[in-house]
Amino acid sequence: MTAVESLNAADVANWIRRAAELVAADTERLTRLDAAIGDGDHGHNLDRGFRAAVAALPDDAPPGRTLIAAGRAVVSKTGGASGPLYGTALRRAGKALGDAADVDAAAFGTALRAALEGVQDLGKAVEGDKTMVDALAPAAAAYEAALGDGADLAGCARAAADAAARGAEATIPMQARKGRASYLGPRSVGHMDPGACSTGLVLRALAEIVGGTG
Amino acid sequence: MVGIVIIAHSRTLAEGAAEVARAMGVGKAVVEPAGGALDGGLGTSIDLVEAAVAAADDGDGVVLVADLGSSVLTARMLIEDTDGENVLLADAPLVEGAVAAASMAATGADLTAVHAAAEAAYDHRKTR
Repeated sequence: MTAVESLNAADVANWIRRAAELVAADTERLTRLDAAIGDGDHGHNLDRGFRAAVAALPDDAPPGRTLIAAGRAVVSKTGGASGPLYGTALRRAGKALGDAADVDAAAFGTALRAALEGVQDLGKAVEGDKTMVDALAPAAAAYEAALGDGADLAGCARAAADAAARGAEATIPMQARKGRASYLGPRSVGHMDPGACSTGLVLRALAEIVGGTG
Repeated sequence: MVGIVIIAHSRTLAEGAAEVARAMGVGKAVVEPAGGALDGGLGTSIDLVEAAVAAADDGDGVVLVADLGSSVLTARMLIEDTDGENVLLADAPLVEGAVAAASMAATGADLTAVHAAAEAAYDHRKTR
């Protein structure tokens, strides 16, 4: 595969498929992370959700509607808090893309920002709360910064994926202020937030698809 | 009459809270449980919540009472999807909120009043 300059519906579908593969491969790790500070189901829930998203991918729909369909499946099948959060992220991103047949780097940046805003509207988390926002917010910012520097879609996506991975690492010393982990107070320190970790995987999948390495 | 939907992580928790709320609603209040995941295990199912809202809504609106985490997020998401006019989430503890909402709903009060009653449940302290 070669790098793509814009995303069509097939690219977006491949992104969801690759994200599902990465989540499936890391299911046990995500669940272990969640067992440390959460309720120990994140990996299996998200694996189920993304499998459902892959099964729900429409045959003939523009990128935006493809993401909305994936998001709806994630909401319906995931079962934990990550269902509404990831589902909202995908659906808001899909809505931001409208019915465009091709999504360029700038349009995808708008969708990524919309996904972040959707997650924050729903979960009310801010950066530093030790949640997926700690990966998604720096990812959106890094994507926009790369875009401003003239990077192509692959460069922007790589910047977002790298920032998400760093953001996930940065949750380790944080004390959780949302979700079950927040009940632990200082005992939530020292563990990576599983939602931030899985957000890193989903953006890594994007970087692989647009970079031609997926 | 305003309907009430109990969203909880466990099917039996939702059914139990609904049972208590119905009793406090003196047999008049419509209280629908939406507990657990689709497979009957622990979790939240937006499909079960949507079905419960449809069953509880006779046109006067529905107040949602949720336990925590994904229950709350699912409730918020459902309200966003339905434009939120006729369905409100109460910022309330599960059992107390459900009992307060059912008690008020049984009087024939409107959606705003039933929602306010559920949220006022926070004011009923237990040690002072």
